[in-house]
Amino acid sequence: MFQRKDAKNRKARKAVYGKIIMNILKQIYPAIAITIALTVLLGIVYPLVVTGLAQVMFPAKAAGSLIQKDGKVIGSRLIGQPFTGRGYFHSRPSAAGTGYDATASGGTNLGPTSQKLMDNIKTAAESLRAENPGTPIPIDLVTSSASGLDPHITPAAAEFQIPRIAKERVMTADEVRRLVREHTEGRQFGLLGEPRVNVLELNLALDGIHPMR
Amino acid sequence: MGLFSLLQYALFLLIVAVLVKPVGGYLARVFSGEKTFLDPVLHPVERLIYKLARVDAEQEMDWKCYAVSFVCSGLAGTLLLYGILRLQYLLPWFFPDYHTTPMTADLAMNTAISFSTTTTWQAYAGESTMSYFSQMVGLTAQGFLAGASGLAGGMAFIRGLSRDETNKLGNFWVDLVRGSLWVLLPISIVGSLLLIWQGVPMNFSHYVEAITLEGGSQLIAQGPVAGLEWIKNLGTNGGGFFNANGAHPYANPTALTNILGMLAIVVLPAALTSTFGRMTQRPRHGWLLFWVMAFLFTAGLLFNGWAEQAGNPLMARQPNVAVSASGAQPGGNMEGKEVRFGIGQSVLTAVTTSNGATGSYNSIHDSYTPLGGMIPLANMLLGEIIFGGLGSGIYSIIIVALVGLFLAGIMIGRSPEYLGKLIGTPEIKLITLYTLAGPVVLMSLTAVAVVTKPGLSGLTVNQGPHGFTSIFYAYASSFANNGQNFVNLNANAPFYNLSTAIAMMVGRFGLAIPALALAGLFASQRRRPATVGTLPTDTFSFGVLLVGTAVVVGGLSYFAALALGPIVEHFMMTR
Repeated sequence: MFQRKDAKNRKARKAVYGKIIMNILKQIYPAIAITIALTVLLGIVYPLVVTGLAQVMFPAKAAGSLIQKDGKVIGSRLIGQPFTGRGYFHSRPSAAGTGYDATASGGTNLGPTSQKLMDNIKTAAESLRAENPGTPIPIDLVTSSASGLDPHITPAAAEFQIPRIAKERVMTADEVRRLVREHTEGRQFGLLGEPRVNVLELNLALDGIHPMR
Repeated sequence: MGLFSLLQYALFLLIVAVLVKPVGGYLARVFSGEKTFLDPVLHPVERLIYKLARVDAEQEMDWKCYAVSFVCSGLAGTLLLYGILRLQYLLPWFFPDYHTTPMTADLAMNTAISFSTTTTWQAYAGESTMSYFSQMVGLTAQGFLAGASGLAGGMAFIRGLSRDETNKLGNFWVDLVRGSLWVLLPISIVGSLLLIWQGVPMNFSHYVEAITLEGGSQLIAQGPVAGLEWIKNLGTNGGGFFNANGAHPYANPTALTNILGMLAIVVLPAALTSTFGRMTQRPRHGWLLFWVMAFLFTAGLLFNGWAEQAGNPLMARQPNVAVSASGAQPGGNMEGKEVRFGIGQSVLTAVTTSNGATGSYNSIHDSYTPLGGMIPLANMLLGEIIFGGLGSGIYSIIIVALVGLFLAGIMIGRSPEYLGKLIGTPEIKLITLYTLAGPVVLMSLTAVAVVTKPGLSGLTVNQGPHGFTSIFYAYASSFANNGQNFVNLNANAPFYNLSTAIAMMVGRFGLAIPALALAGLFASQRRRPATVGTLPTDTFSFGVLLVGTAVVVGGLSYFAALALGPIVEHFMMTR
């Protein structure tokens, strides 16, 4: 009696598995065909169409917002660069490669209790303190950005560097401050994001109106 | 927390709330085959695809056939992407000078599985690994396909609950094609162009060689970035073009691109609550689901924002470092954050992406304060129910509701039912399978990783509780098909490539298949009329039940792990 029930159960299970296998075989062809069709449409046609439209509507931006000086590309408006000269505004610390490597974006990935993070901050703060003793150092000047390519510093960070720039370029602090203000972008639509200063554009402007001797 | 941050959060939620009903209605029409304004352009394309694939659009499937199709589609996508990646050195736009990281078999398999499951866990850096062809034909296409198949699964589930005494849940191929053509494609064309307008590149140039202002040299990576960056968010995938994902100024140049990207993640899943309400003819219940999601979203947002704005006391202890907010600086914990986003938009993205099963980010979560980094982790552990992934979010939150109804039913001695459908033994078995999958998989994998050498060798710069959190985060993220990670974990090693792939597949198929089976069971039931004893599902108390169930079930499962990781680290930091 049990043998007959087992046989029936086994048969029923086999039927179910058989049905599932038939299902799988039936759906393999549509799976392949639709995957390929949609890949062509969405992975080839769509990007090419958007690229074409972009070349017509926003050619400079589509090409990477590159900045040219004397016919040569000196960088991108959106990508930060390292600055070490005393007469230039300095960018944030960067962990992209050896610093502002635009083929190796990334941050330090250091956790909040990491000793290495505190050491990094301490080292950065010490050199900044020497430059401007007594003034509190804005946090973005001693911390690394997430991308390592952050083109901006905060208005506070720019303000912090004004005394050094003014001394090095023989300008008054107010002249420098005015230039910084011209290159400070506010929040978008007055609401979104943060006020920021594009370091490359600011330094370019500095070189333009008050080149270093 | 800053006024401007709060205003931006309020604006974000307002835009989402306003879009829920119209977008939800559009989705209902698209997936019910009703007329839409895009039909004249898209119908011919759709018919051509069905002809090529020999699909009978009129024939609907039962849950088994639907699930098989879902899996076959994922499999086809995985194999295609694997092939493209392994052959990328033979295909166009491969630059051997830049693309120096070898595309090994295990990295390619992990990437292929991760993209076809919408996880988009990236154990590689785009600039040095992926050719433009791979990014475009491989990753961008999978962004659409995986997102659309998730959306299809969600629609099948909704149909399961809105139909009676049938075993048909729709046709997966029709849902996949309609989702791709009517929903994802048009929004992506507009979205990519908006991104390019704000500065996201879209080109096929060689990397640009620049001579910097100080005379150094800088090689700037380029590519068809906008195409991938938009669908990465819209399809709730998250895999970006560059290593720094949405923190890279090319991928996310302005606060506007960031907010648009976050809206792209949230709007479709939020709208599905309205689609659900409409198709089950219970719009108030749909709205209740939305407001529960919005509540949990906001709670996480405020807590995370407070933690990051308060900053890291160890940093503040350094002499003369200014961490307080002012008109001239956002202050707070700025390690691993971009100036253009400050604290407000960084936290918005962390919370949105961790809730939306999307692995994109615009700040390094690894560097967040312990409690700040705990919020994205907790969001993922709750099961991606707060808006959630595209399609999967709606059934995730409903299954939590079913658990809650079951518990409530036991407590008051009534048969639990939901929208007139009985939650009986077979249904509860599936719900239990679904609910236990997370804790079982996550705990096992994390336990193995933290006691074995290959597991621990993945930790690069952080040890101790932060290391534990990094490993736990990796599996939580893979299982949730989220894809974000604490980047200090070097996951491009066979141990992690394999174990995260397992977590991803269980998280995708191990949840979608029970959900589809559940939908099939519900669809075949008859609908019981509401009686005076039926627990209403559109009241405030039901909302409390839902939130309570989510938090208690999640908390019981994971509190111990959270205590060993972020909570210990918090006390270490504030000592």
